[in-house]
Amino acid sequence: MRVLRSSVVAAVSAVAALTAVSGCAEKSDAEGSDAIKVTASDDKCEVSKSSFPAGHVKLAVKNKGDKVTEVYVYAPGDRIVTERENIGPGTKVEIAAEIKAGSYEIACKPGMKGDGIRQKITATGGGAPKKRDPELDKAVAEYRKYVLAQAEETIPAAQKFVDAVKKDDLDEAKKLYAPSRIGWERTEPVAESFGDIDPKVDVREDGLEKGQKWTGWHKLEKSLWDDKKITEDDKKLADQLMADLKDWQKRVGTAEITPTSMANGAKELLDEVATGKVTGEEERYSHTDLVDFHANVEGAEKSYELLKPVAAKNDAALAKELDKQFAGLKKLLDEYREGDGFKSYDTDTVGKDDRKKLSDAVNALAEPLSKLAAVVAK
Amino acid sequence: MSEETTTETAAETTAKSGTAPSRRSLIGWGGAGLALGAVAAGGTAAALRTGSDAVPAALSGDAVPFHGTHQAGIATPVQDRLHFAAFDVTTGDRDALIALLKEWTAAAALMTAGHEVGEGTAGTQPEAPPDDTGEALGLKPSRLTLTFGIGPGLFEKDGKDRFGLKSRRPKALIDLPAFPGDNLDAARSGGDLCVQACADDPQVAVHAIRNLARIGMGKVAIRWSQLGFGKTSSTTPDAQTPRNMLGFKDGTRNIAGTDTAALAKHVWVGEKDGPEWMVDGSYLVARRIRMHIETWDRTSLKEQEDIFGRDKVEGAPQGKQRERDEPNLKAMLPDSHVRLAHPDSNGGATILRRGYSFTDGTDGLGRLDAGLFFLAYQRDVRDGFVPVQTRLSRNDALNEYIQHVGSAVFAVPPGVRDKGDWWGKALFS
Repeated sequence: MRVLRSSVVAAVSAVAALTAVSGCAEKSDAEGSDAIKVTASDDKCEVSKSSFPAGHVKLAVKNKGDKVTEVYVYAPGDRIVTERENIGPGTKVEIAAEIKAGSYEIACKPGMKGDGIRQKITATGGGAPKKRDPELDKAVAEYRKYVLAQAEETIPAAQKFVDAVKKDDLDEAKKLYAPSRIGWERTEPVAESFGDIDPKVDVREDGLEKGQKWTGWHKLEKSLWDDKKITEDDKKLADQLMADLKDWQKRVGTAEITPTSMANGAKELLDEVATGKVTGEEERYSHTDLVDFHANVEGAEKSYELLKPVAAKNDAALAKELDKQFAGLKKLLDEYREGDGFKSYDTDTVGKDDRKKLSDAVNALAEPLSKLAAVVAK
Repeated sequence: MSEETTTETAAETTAKSGTAPSRRSLIGWGGAGLALGAVAAGGTAAALRTGSDAVPAALSGDAVPFHGTHQAGIATPVQDRLHFAAFDVTTGDRDALIALLKEWTAAAALMTAGHEVGEGTAGTQPEAPPDDTGEALGLKPSRLTLTFGIGPGLFEKDGKDRFGLKSRRPKALIDLPAFPGDNLDAARSGGDLCVQACADDPQVAVHAIRNLARIGMGKVAIRWSQLGFGKTSSTTPDAQTPRNMLGFKDGTRNIAGTDTAALAKHVWVGEKDGPEWMVDGSYLVARRIRMHIETWDRTSLKEQEDIFGRDKVEGAPQGKQRERDEPNLKAMLPDSHVRLAHPDSNGGATILRRGYSFTDGTDGLGRLDAGLFFLAYQRDVRDGFVPVQTRLSRNDALNEYIQHVGSAVFAVPPGVRDKGDWWGKALFS
């Protein structure tokens, strides 16, 4: 949970991006002369022109294949600029989007799965971003896949938790609570970049603004551990949590991810650990902080591992130090494993001295990690 | 050799300010102070004083030279503010520790000269956090000194000789014995390394510790740290002794920073003392002494003065007129603080005191969490702090109003000689 000025800014741009995705798809037969024709089939994805002026761009899509297809426009790092799902065989649709100058890929996905059949396209004009190291684009694309996978894995895990809450099964719900959060915790900075989802699913009571209703995981945490009962309202909140998480899953693909934001995201995950988990504030009723802690570290490590080829090239000593400190922190966390998860983070189980050791190890990693963004941006 | 360096250091500091006394007059000034101490002519001393502080105000923003025979921050005229930090060494890697000590030394040289650490903030790549944390930007050097010490844990911890230094531990670096009345908090005691940051501007002192701690992450971690808001001692003989939190001047008979003979006798480790890596260094005892402020404030003036053995307003020894009048110990009660702490009561044991008052807010019961952060430098802890505290802890009337709650001891190596030298180099070589 984190509310920052930057999230608000990100939220505004996310809303703008959403408008481009959902608001501008027009059902039109018109194949205007300025529209780019996209002819999708079961094994091809042809475009009438691969270069066009930046600005308001129309894509006239025709599905000539036998399978239902999807069409995506991807910015480098596989950020979705615009997309259209469920284009049936023989169907024509027109998609409109604001496309800034730069390099993109258009993908047709017959059968609506996989990476799709891709074509490179270019929007010409001023202000085109500098071409990035292809290795970094690859890192961003891989990371986006990871984030998507985490969201996809979270849905069934959260559903199980939600089902237990709705069945009034207090013990089962308590067991399923922490595992339902792992995918979220691993990729939280991306979810936070949407601004509006985090306050719905991961807010703590003290983070509420005046007039804001408390929803999400931590409200249910309080009911399960502190109130020790599930109310009818909690069951509604459980459904709401599910709906919000599905919204998150849907939007992850549109998130602005850059090598810098990946590196900063890794650092932010450690910041989350330093300010919320080491202190035991995040999971104050369930004391499952170490599960979140571990997921945060795993998510940060994933970003780092993907950026490492470039980081090691630009600053070998930093990469070596990060390898060492990630290993050190994970080893320390391993001491707290219990069953499938981790020991309870209550003051009797993990005392002051142990917490200081964890805090020192987090600082030892977070300090060099804060240098990663500049090193990959070199 | 060491005498010359001490004088040189003080003179260099002075020379930087146009309005300050010239090098010649400074030497004369130090000499006058010494002579005055001998004849105890308080009136003349007052005439010579430039204010309540022996350091003219114009000098308080200047830089104290970092390099020298001895570390600065011991004989240096006491600055107004303190941030003291004790560190645990968390790495087991000797090379990583050495690399850190080199990096620390370079950062300390920059900060004491009033510069930022690392690359300047102005030129920092936008994606990177600045090397320097920035809160001292635009502030004067403020006579910042950074004094580095090594605790027993570096030589051996939990029975382990982590860095192959066990055989190099100085005999004088003892583990302090338990004294009656001690109520030590382990979380406020000990430490493998320490840095004492003193400056006339508190932000400059805090900035220095913050940046050293940041540089050290992954190799060392702060174990505890203490802020001191006001000096309680003076190493300049014609200055008034600042009052402690009990309202008294305590430690009047401190060793003067200019008294090279006394420094050599009581503070600096000599060649014959050994070990070789400690020659020109010193030993530091740090004690967090909590004062029971509220009960003290309800104590009658007579009892307060009897406890100290001084009058409260002037600070004169009982039966005398001026603070610096030679005390007549027999005129004081046998359990009075001054009488018990005096070298004559302790076989000549003399220590250089450099403590600071602290107030860390309140304690949850509405009482001030305040007291004295006692810092004392000496040539050998066994001949300095230990005999004095042994006597005080048993008999001092003041014990009813104070409690020792934190304790640490450090070997303070000699000064960093030049740019090729670094904190602890002789120990690791």
